[in-house]
Amino acid sequence: MRRELFAFLKYAAKRIITLIIVVVLAIYATILVANMGGYVDEIIKAQTRDSIYTSVFQNPAYQHLSTEEKKQLAEQLYQIEIEALGLDKPFIYRSGGYLISALSLNLGRATYLTSDSGSTAVRNIIAERLPATILLFTTINLTLFFLSLVGGLFLSRKYGSKLDKAVVTLSPFSSIPGWFYGIFFILIFAAWLRWLPYGGLVDVPPPANPFDYALSVLKHMVLPIFSWLVAYSFVQTYTKRTFFLMFSSEDYVEMAKAKGLPPRLIERRYILKPTLPPIITEFALTLIGSWMGAIVTERVFNWPGIGTLFYQAAMFMDSPVIIGEVTIYAYLLAITVFILDIVYAIVDPRIRIGVSGA
Amino acid sequence: MSVKRLRGTFKQLLAYRSAVVGLCILCFIVGLSIYAVIAIPYEEAIRAWRLGEDVSINNPRNASPSWINFFLQKKLPETIIMDTLKKESGAKKAIVPSETISAIRIEFPFEFNYDDFPSELNLFFTANYSEKAPYITIDWIKPNGATIRLKEMVVKKTDRYYISIDNELAQKLRLDLSEKVGQEIPYEIPPQLSLFAVEDGSILKPETAQVLKGKYKMVIEGILFEKQSDMDSRLVVYGKVFGLAGTDHLRRDLMIGLLWGAPIAVSFGILASVLISFSQMIIAAVSAWYGKWADMLLQKATEFFMILPFLPILMMIAIFYKLSIWVLLVVVIALSIFGSGVKTYRAMFLQVKELPYIEAAQAYGAGNLRIIFRYMIPKVLPTIIPSLVLSVSSFVFLEAALAILGLGDPVVPTWGKIINDAYTKGALHQGYYYWVLEPSFLLVLTSLGFALLGFALDKIFNPKLSEI
Repeated sequence: MRRELFAFLKYAAKRIITLIIVVVLAIYATILVANMGGYVDEIIKAQTRDSIYTSVFQNPAYQHLSTEEKKQLAEQLYQIEIEALGLDKPFIYRSGGYLISALSLNLGRATYLTSDSGSTAVRNIIAERLPATILLFTTINLTLFFLSLVGGLFLSRKYGSKLDKAVVTLSPFSSIPGWFYGIFFILIFAAWLRWLPYGGLVDVPPPANPFDYALSVLKHMVLPIFSWLVAYSFVQTYTKRTFFLMFSSEDYVEMAKAKGLPPRLIERRYILKPTLPPIITEFALTLIGSWMGAIVTERVFNWPGIGTLFYQAAMFMDSPVIIGEVTIYAYLLAITVFILDIVYAIVDPRIRIGVSGA
Repeated sequence: MSVKRLRGTFKQLLAYRSAVVGLCILCFIVGLSIYAVIAIPYEEAIRAWRLGEDVSINNPRNASPSWINFFLQKKLPETIIMDTLKKESGAKKAIVPSETISAIRIEFPFEFNYDDFPSELNLFFTANYSEKAPYITIDWIKPNGATIRLKEMVVKKTDRYYISIDNELAQKLRLDLSEKVGQEIPYEIPPQLSLFAVEDGSILKPETAQVLKGKYKMVIEGILFEKQSDMDSRLVVYGKVFGLAGTDHLRRDLMIGLLWGAPIAVSFGILASVLISFSQMIIAAVSAWYGKWADMLLQKATEFFMILPFLPILMMIAIFYKLSIWVLLVVVIALSIFGSGVKTYRAMFLQVKELPYIEAAQAYGAGNLRIIFRYMIPKVLPTIIPSLVLSVSSFVFLEAALAILGLGDPVVPTWGKIINDAYTKGALHQGYYYWVLEPSFLLVLTSLGFALLGFALDKIFNPKLSEI
């Protein structure tokens, strides 16, 4: 017993260390990319220099100075400003500082973007966008997940039926992504029929009454949800159905059938139980994934969420915002993966001892 | 795979109706691609697409495809072009020469029998003179004989007169018409309406205004002040339909973009899918075969790439370097090499690794690389072909997604870029549905073709699926 506990702890420790290394490396890579390997610094420097020179040369207080003196003054001010921004040190040195503050979730301030309330703190900007994304994509992903789970189980029981064949036939249509269906649904339901809004979170101006507000948000959610359901429900139901069918053709299921166990019991004990771990993994990763939003879908529907924020940040090369978003995501993902690993190690003795390589 | 086996697979494929449909679609798209590359040389396509209005000044703006007239009761007008340099276009030019001052007369007679108004009216001039430019008057003669003076102007060496945005003219015509109808016209009536409309009460609303059908004529009379002086002119009565595909906001023929989108989408999708699948497979095989440190390192690399958000990183790189589509392809591949596929393939290779024939290969002294490339990869290859075909669709749409985000190739026309143009120029709000629907239709067709084929292949190569 003690040896087993020791092995388990060793496994957990190893897992934590490797995860931490991966997260640190991934965040550092993001810092490098988001700063274009230091090039963004050069842009900021050039902009600072420009604005300082203009302000010195246009300031009436410095009228009496000669051009040479003005230049000198501007250069001095520029040096002070650069030092204040910390841009006088080489990028590699500063990237280490960025890494440490990112890892300690000290997300800093955005370069250009602001939250609607006017704050430049990355924390506030993300906190403002997160609810919209979570609202939309958690709804979509949860609906999709449970719909496909129940649907898949149902179809696996009656495979070969007309409904089953219909789902199999329709699943190639899932090769078309959700945002693409979104464009069509906007065309049909917004542009042509004028039943639903083109996009956005709420009507403009937003209704004052909280109930009307919620109703308006709901109205705006219909098309994005609908387009994702149409795009992905068939193929997800199809994969789940196939997955269940594969497990229900295992020998031990045949054995249980031969023993004459009732179908419900077979399903619960011999089919659902072994399929549970991959399903839980998928569920957890889907939930985490919905925190990131979907850039293209949010752009198509003009949804003011994390995906749109990513897009804006990338467009403006606002590296602090990008690094902040990636850091939060990396942490969430790493924690989830770790918890799942531990849960499986407890449930599945093979993992604990390290037998299974897969 | 031997040729025999390939043939066998093909026969099996034909047994699936969906696969046959998929193959037909793909043949069509590939045919379209080949036609595009042959019919419109690359440079010409890029020139027409980049320069926009300079090349396609004779095309109407935002015109629907011509075939739409089959479905409409009100026939939309085609574009009418008359050029004095092309006699067959119906334009007439006469010069009365003299030692000092010559007179010139240009006539553009044309019939207009459509049910809707033209979208624009433009006049273009090229004049030949050394010092003193020609002076002209432009008159418009309606089918009922009424003559309207449009403008008097001096013609420079290359000159143009945009009749439909001449505000002065618009005001004058509005006043004249108001007088004729006996009631003031309550909206800003553009010249192409007032010049073509039936002059009665119907004109008071833009929706009810009717086209006066019949023979119109534009007459340009001018004076050439030099002996060697000459002048040519072109009248364009822009329609509301154009070609098989219509035009966009820059008057570009959408057909060029639609045709050229095909080879680009197909080659982007296939290249990305094939290169990524193969590199993932090689990495997985190496990881599974060597095990230990190599395995550990490669597995950590996949986790690393799992945390890096694919699209934002791709976007940042694309924005920063203004990538062409082929460099973009390289970046996409580089970011996807350690994708989730590696884990799936690795699991397969772990099983293959234990098979007896691998042991036999080791026994006769096969090296590591030989075992990986000659024995392990060929064994797994058939099982990944379906997913390879299936993932082509997702890469075709990835290109479209990047274009929607405004990160498409800056030069080459693609389907995604057309959709993006349509989207940002408000095609959905203004009812230019064809602009979105045409590229979308081709995108859907392409992706469905690959998906149908992929699903069928999946049933053939993974027989466990076809049983159930």
